[in-house]
Amino acid sequence: MAEAERLSLHVPEPEVRPGDTPDFSKVVIPKAGSVARPPVDVDPKEIRDLAYSIIRVLNRDGEAVGPWAGTLTDEELMEGLRHMMTLRAFDARMQTAQRQGKTSFYMQHMGEEAVSCAFRKALQDGDMNFPTYRQAGLLIAGGYPMVDMMNQIYSNEADPLKGRQLPIMYSSKDHGFFSISGNLGTQFIQAVGWAMASAIKQDTKIAAGWIGDGSTAESDFHAALVFASTYRAPVVLNIVNNQWAISTFQGIARGGSGTFAARGLGFGIPALRVDGNDYLAVHAVAKWAVERARRNLGPTLVEYVTYRVGAHSTSDDPSAYRPKTESDVWPLGDPVIRLKNHLIVKGLWSDDRHKQTEAEILDTVIAAQKEAEKHGTLHSGGKPSTRDMFEGVYETMPPHLRRQRQKAGV
Amino acid sequence: MPRMTMIEAIRSAMDVSMARDDNVVVFGEDVGYFGGVFRCTAGLQQKYGKTRVFDAPISELGIVGAAIGMASYGLRPCVEVQFADYVYPAYDQIVSEAARLRYRSNGQFTCPIVIRMPTGGGIFGGQTHSQSPEALFTHVSGLKVVVPSNPYDAKGLLIAAIEDPDPVIFLEPKRLYNGPFDGHHDRPVTAWSKHPLGEAPDDHYTVPLGKAEIRRQGSAVTMLAYGTMVYVAEAAAEEAGIDAEIIDLRTLLPLDLDTITASVKKTGRCVVIHEATLTSGFGAELAALVQEHCFYHLEAPVVRVAGWDTPYPHAQEWDYFPGPKRVGEALLEVMEA
Repeated sequence: MAEAERLSLHVPEPEVRPGDTPDFSKVVIPKAGSVARPPVDVDPKEIRDLAYSIIRVLNRDGEAVGPWAGTLTDEELMEGLRHMMTLRAFDARMQTAQRQGKTSFYMQHMGEEAVSCAFRKALQDGDMNFPTYRQAGLLIAGGYPMVDMMNQIYSNEADPLKGRQLPIMYSSKDHGFFSISGNLGTQFIQAVGWAMASAIKQDTKIAAGWIGDGSTAESDFHAALVFASTYRAPVVLNIVNNQWAISTFQGIARGGSGTFAARGLGFGIPALRVDGNDYLAVHAVAKWAVERARRNLGPTLVEYVTYRVGAHSTSDDPSAYRPKTESDVWPLGDPVIRLKNHLIVKGLWSDDRHKQTEAEILDTVIAAQKEAEKHGTLHSGGKPSTRDMFEGVYETMPPHLRRQRQKAGV
Repeated sequence: MPRMTMIEAIRSAMDVSMARDDNVVVFGEDVGYFGGVFRCTAGLQQKYGKTRVFDAPISELGIVGAAIGMASYGLRPCVEVQFADYVYPAYDQIVSEAARLRYRSNGQFTCPIVIRMPTGGGIFGGQTHSQSPEALFTHVSGLKVVVPSNPYDAKGLLIAAIEDPDPVIFLEPKRLYNGPFDGHHDRPVTAWSKHPLGEAPDDHYTVPLGKAEIRRQGSAVTMLAYGTMVYVAEAAAEEAGIDAEIIDLRTLLPLDLDTITASVKKTGRCVVIHEATLTSGFGAELAALVQEHCFYHLEAPVVRVAGWDTPYPHAQEWDYFPGPKRVGEALLEVMEA
């Protein structure tokens, strides 16, 4: 009998590794304006191709083109640029503060600012985001005070979360920002549950779930899609595909499927891919998906194609797992520069004005930082009390915790 | 008072709660149209409509995760996990999310959910329908853990759990659903209709969380038990002719330590009984607390009787189950020490 052919295991590898020449030639980028904009009540079966394309509005010349253009006024565009610039300046200051030992940990958004900043502008007050750790643009664009963000990062005496949570795991119910867990994927299904509750109560509010490319491999992602599909929950399910899950390239989570968005198709959920570095495209797609949810047409899955320019967090060095210059050749460019160029093309902006705005924003961020540092940083100045550590585990402190608190001398 | 089985009492608790509060919703696998594999939700969908009582996909993490989202919106979900043995896919949602939400958000978001699940053995359910995972939850800060042992308590504790502002794990000893069980598996089954605790008011009432109940007053030894083991303890004490004080803990977290210590200080002896496996079981916590708080009153070492440290077997169920014989031997051991 002939010997059977031996099996072999397939383990995907990125195209390039440190020392190689960065190469995104296999990333197919459709022309801006080339993807159709269906009505929001479209039959999901009719738009399966949107899960494999990339919706883009800004072209190489900085013009807004095609059917997804035109969802924002000039003032809103300038405000959007300001939000992204603020987030970038905020990140730079806090990254440095971490290096200075003022906090234990930080995660920046470099390259991904458009995703959360533009999405927030498509929501209404009262809607609820279930964010991951890289959507602080939801807070910046939602008007949450920077000084409160910094107080949380510093775990100081004015920390709204009393020093209980890791830096940047913000929470602000009033700003539609659900408490960030830090566990990956868990909040995707919670967003669906919140949206189901809104529908059960015949409310008008909708929810938005957030997850990264890597975390779509968690069972929570699957559960979220099942529940969202089954109960047609008024939720927008956002996948931020920034290409990298710490050191793991997106192919490890994506496997053989063409795109992350395509995961929605088997659930009958409309799935769209969008240029995540294009503020206008993100806003247009978010608005479409939000409107679908608001009109009780059910969930939408959106994949934002972007690139994590910085490290995953202050605890890793990307040059150990990808070419140092990879971000320079990322074909979708930089979200801040692209919106800036668009505003210049429209005659609304200039290099000088940009520099001036950058300086103004930096002043504002520094002022907020000074204010926050008056309340202490992680290892110096005012800090939350040991008593705060024991509070809030339950609404009413049970006897065993009270005994332990007494033992701790507080 | 109307007579009720534990199933009817649990159903009545949800019925009463749903009638009083529009924010109470009930869902889980098979709980909607069919009314649950143990019938605990029978008739509720017809009464309250399918947006308040509905079937869920077979996804325990989805059921609990969605419930957490609903609770953070302002609902009070009371969800069913079909067997405690199936709760593990939801463990991350319970431990990392439900239990910590109030704490990590400094009270901006809270999680008033109840996760009901049938627990324990005695039904030839093998390893997938017999486990007692309570210690996996009592180890988690932010949870409350309840194990009722009779219809009256089941109803009052479940209503209290639904009204509680924090997440509650509600473990229903499935062997007690239709009647008390003292471990004598070869004797005729007793129905709740013939037991004094098999009656409960139709209306709203609560049994407070965190309060134990002394089931039998005694002076010789304190027996700490919950769920099915309360009846096993009663049988063992009676058969051994020992004047035991039997405490039904009812709530494991937060624990009614005062009732326990008062009793052990009086009797000077303590036997801890549970169905769950011995090592790192809740009995270890009880034994440690008793020695911490009652050491100088103890006449004998605290003895634990528990399931063996094996997976829950099928054919050998009655060799595994800590029945009255093993509990009786433990009683003699502490009395003779």
